[in-house]
Amino acid sequence: MRCVAQFEVGYTGYLDHEFRVTGPLPEFAREPAQLIAAYRAMASARAFDRKAINLQRTGQLGTFASCLGEEAIAVAVGLAMRPEDVLLPMYRHHGAYLSRGVRMAELLAYWGGDERGMDFQSVREDFAVAVPIATQAPHAVGVGYAFKYRKEPRVAVCLLGDGATSKGDFYEAINAAGVWELPVVFVVANNLWAISVPRALQSRAQTLAQKAIAAGFEGEQVDGNDYIAVRDRLDQALERARSGQGPSLIEALTYRMGDHTTADDSRRYRNAEEVEAWRRRDPLDRLRGYLLQSGVWSEADEEALQVECQEEADQAAQIYLERPPQPPASMFDYLYERLPRAYAEQRKALAGPSDI
Amino acid sequence: MPEMTLVGGVNAALAYEMAADERVLVFGEDIGVNGGVFRATEGLQQRFGPERVIDTPLAEGLIAGMAVGLAAQGLRPVAEIQFMGFSYPTLDQLISHASRLRNRTRGRLSCPMVLRAPFGGGIHAPEHHSESTEALYAHIPGLRVVIPSSPGRAYGLLLAAIRDPDPVVFLEPKRIYRLTKQEVADDGEAMPLDVCFVVRDGTDITLVTWGAMIHETLQAAEQLAEEGVSAEVIDVATLRPLDTETILESVAKTGRCVIIHEAPRSGGFGAEIAAVVAEHGLLNLLAPVARVTGYDTIMPLLKLEQHYLPSVERIMDTVHKTMEFA
Repeated sequence: MRCVAQFEVGYTGYLDHEFRVTGPLPEFAREPAQLIAAYRAMASARAFDRKAINLQRTGQLGTFASCLGEEAIAVAVGLAMRPEDVLLPMYRHHGAYLSRGVRMAELLAYWGGDERGMDFQSVREDFAVAVPIATQAPHAVGVGYAFKYRKEPRVAVCLLGDGATSKGDFYEAINAAGVWELPVVFVVANNLWAISVPRALQSRAQTLAQKAIAAGFEGEQVDGNDYIAVRDRLDQALERARSGQGPSLIEALTYRMGDHTTADDSRRYRNAEEVEAWRRRDPLDRLRGYLLQSGVWSEADEEALQVECQEEADQAAQIYLERPPQPPASMFDYLYERLPRAYAEQRKALAGPSDI
Repeated sequence: MPEMTLVGGVNAALAYEMAADERVLVFGEDIGVNGGVFRATEGLQQRFGPERVIDTPLAEGLIAGMAVGLAAQGLRPVAEIQFMGFSYPTLDQLISHASRLRNRTRGRLSCPMVLRAPFGGGIHAPEHHSESTEALYAHIPGLRVVIPSSPGRAYGLLLAAIRDPDPVVFLEPKRIYRLTKQEVADDGEAMPLDVCFVVRDGTDITLVTWGAMIHETLQAAEQLAEEGVSAEVIDVATLRPLDTETILESVAKTGRCVIIHEAPRSGGFGAEIAAVVAEHGLLNLLAPVARVTGYDTIMPLLKLEQHYLPSVERIMDTVHKTMEFA
């Protein structure tokens, strides 16, 4: 038998968890202001996360999916994209939305059970979170096709988890993106756990990145807890997509440091040592450690930032909590552009005579 | 005016709207060079090019999902699923996304897509090619479910579906794709969605149907006329949202109602219509509402399918009982 095809899957990491630089840094990372901005966004995303969990624990928010530990991926996606690009995320990576200008109060509204939360006042074309796993991947194909059809230099970025790569939707989407060479970047945040099912039970494939190869395009791994690595590879993938060179898949290796959601208890299926080991690779610690070591960040800066982030999250919670709820009959008002006559009677029954 | 078959009406509507609106993209399996297995898209790729008339990889969930993405971007995707029997992977996208995109973003995003699929039995097709599962789709709030039953309505309703700002599942009764021809003006004139069509006026009994069964129902109405019974025939055309007024007005006039559909009886869309008549038209009824439907069985393979499909005889039999009730 002769070999008819051969493939490689690359891995990129720049900072190890002892803050050492392991290779020549990309251009943007030599600019402290860029890294500080990213670090601030990650800290802000974490403060948001903490606030959301507190609100849920005190009965003021619905079930919430924490992003704890995956902030480098979320923020890198948000900051690497241009405003005119379109994000198609799963439900966990709040920092991606926040870095694109979505308000914390909007996200709290959604998780608090108010549809208005996904009516973003910025990034109007970004998709709402996909809750059914991988269902946003075919949407990204449609969005990418629209960009290509209209000859617009824009990119669709699809954020998925490791579990999503087992789904038909994922395979169907990467396959089609490959066929049509669409401007789509698939980012797989591989946090090693799909609720209680570990990565090893999800797929026998050595990497998830290699699934892209079957779809005819490049797949690669990055250290998902190294902001510099994720951002660098995303920049490259976005540039390729924007310049007509087709889709990419980035598997970002990370760890879900929290429970799946506030309704989950991960102690039932994973041990504390594993969680502890990953805590030492915390993406915020990593970038902060590097900034401190480089002398561009100080403990005083850090303290000020923490206060600022806390205030920002508190203010967002305040706005969220003070917002009056929608009237019940609003459940009819966005079903169709104009409510068909067939629904009028039901709406009236719900609204009552005073609210038509 | 050109003479058209029902499938010709579909083709003409697609061609008209593609020429009129660059946002319209047509895609599905074998719809490009091959023109679709029923030739509904014949000639479109030659005329509008492979960027707008797209042969997709063989993946129905993808087809529905990419339609959502295209629609959210302001395009007007018209997706074809080759047979209704292969449309079930699209249910996830239709239920979880297409039908609720507007609602879950409070109008920020919307989903003006059309998902076309041929449906129904009687063409001696293989397994999974003959079912009528329209009730599954008609149960989904946020969708429109539209079924044409004549060449003119295929043309006019498909134009309306493509122009509609919300998602439409457009189910085409393939048994009558080429059964009749009709003169249809190819003038881009759409017909209204969300309304039933009274296709034959009558005073003694209301026959409510949709899709291919319009054929047997009109035949039955013809035979009834010979017997001196005046039957009004309603083509429901849009199952969701249902135009209850046209049906109730007719039943108020005739006092009798028989619903005819190919799909299995229990939980079929006829049950919804019967419930509407019971809720709002009971005092006008001279006889119980009756249904002539497919049986509550798996759609049989081709050797037995004629025994499954409602026939003119079965319709006549039920109408006679309804007329004799009082």
